[in-house]
Amino acid sequence: MTNTLHRFGDAESFRDDYVVFAIPARGKTDKGSVPKLKEFLRLALPFKPVNMGDASHGGALRPCQNMDPTQHWNRDMTPNFQSVIDGVDTPTTCAVVFDNRVAAEEFLKLVLKADLNLCVNISTSVDGAEQCCHAAGIPRHSLSYSLGFQGKTEMLPASQVMSLSTMCGHGMISHSLAKKMIDWVKEGRRTPEEAVTYMARFCSCGVYNPSRAKRILEEARGTMK
Amino acid sequence: MKINPNKCVACGNCTYVCPMGAIYVDPANNRSTINRDECVECYSCYNGLSQEHLNPTLVRTMRGIFKALRLRFDPEPDVCPTAAFEPDELTWPRIVRRAFSDPRVPHESTGVTGRGTEEVKTNDVTGRVQLGDAGFTVEFGRPGVGVRFYEIERMAMALAKRGVTFEKKNPVTSLMTDTSTGKIKDDILNEKVMSAILELKVTADKIETVIETVREVEKTLNTVIVLGVGARCDENGEDKIVGPILERLGYTLHRAKTNTGLGKISLDRAEAAQSKEPVPTGAAR
Repeated sequence: MTNTLHRFGDAESFRDDYVVFAIPARGKTDKGSVPKLKEFLRLALPFKPVNMGDASHGGALRPCQNMDPTQHWNRDMTPNFQSVIDGVDTPTTCAVVFDNRVAAEEFLKLVLKADLNLCVNISTSVDGAEQCCHAAGIPRHSLSYSLGFQGKTEMLPASQVMSLSTMCGHGMISHSLAKKMIDWVKEGRRTPEEAVTYMARFCSCGVYNPSRAKRILEEARGTMK
Repeated sequence: MKINPNKCVACGNCTYVCPMGAIYVDPANNRSTINRDECVECYSCYNGLSQEHLNPTLVRTMRGIFKALRLRFDPEPDVCPTAAFEPDELTWPRIVRRAFSDPRVPHESTGVTGRGTEEVKTNDVTGRVQLGDAGFTVEFGRPGVGVRFYEIERMAMALAKRGVTFEKKNPVTSLMTDTSTGKIKDDILNEKVMSAILELKVTADKIETVIETVREVEKTLNTVIVLGVGARCDENGEDKIVGPILERLGYTLHRAKTNTGLGKISLDRAEAAQSKEPVPTGAAR
């Protein structure tokens, strides 16, 4: 899958977007990988990730299947990292999202030291990932470039909507919801923090970046240059 | 997916969250309704919306009063107040829609999990893309547009004519009746999915041919495409082959997924440790 690769934006717009994910190679290193994937997620906690998740169960912000109506006035907007770690029960892709390069660098150094026998990738700007590898003292092994959207691009919405919706590469966050959240923040009906959590709950693998989304919403409102 | 009309209160929340825009409030019965031809069975509505289990009659009455008084009803936008969504029992060929649209389910139709393969994500262990190779992912339909298989087939057949070989373990490849021509099973050609990925590997000298073909065919398709190109770096961590070709072809390389090689480092460490282990006397090596 390419669920973190094709985020809309230029290199500068990824300055607060570092997705580091671990995946066991199917048929080669997946046996016994569950505790290592849990350890991968646990190692990230001191570096204050903004999201994490596993591809089978979801991210740190999830929808509720039996919501109490009183929660309308008291929605829990705190990401639950521990539930993500506890929930990993099968070889899968586990991802951690940081909103700064230093955290991603330090995390990568720690993962290198931990020797988890997992394939580890960084999805961000080409330069950002190169700097992380350089800081950890390892040469990049392989790259997968995103060449951007082409074809009938007139079917795509405005750039700020695209920036929000493409942060779920599986397409679970609709353009309409992203546009609605921009409008609601502009109208003052919701705060950027609230709008971000609504969208993040639709991301089914925890790679949505709430910190970057909040910045985009604030830029759309015009309160951030 | 279907919406139970006895439960739906036409709050409209689901019309915004559908990635395909396939849900609307039908004025005939004032209930949310799914356009089944446009629905890709991604389950975003069912899995993404939080569910309340309120009494539909009560909610309709309240909404009616608010509406009559011209009061703005301001519910949470990610909630279905009456848990009105009910999954359908999907059969072939419609089941293909969910396999390519709901990221949480394995491919019932193909036996392969996900819309693509591990491509370069595990390249440090699998060695699938070697120095001088370019591993292409041609993804159709995202974000938020969708694609029908006849459009994917058009691209696959054009690429096949240029002599490319499709990745065997890819879900779309498994739906081809002839991988040498790119022909896809007739009974799924009109099925619409959230996105699907053609995967192929070529040597660097064929990069331009693939991209020219994609650019030519995409003009005839009613969807969007996004290309990913995988490359193996040299021993210094540099890509001096694939990246420069892509830049020459007019692409700005903003973003990439970078395989850090930690999987290979772990394997190398394990092998080194194994070779240092003392061999018991008399044991065969």
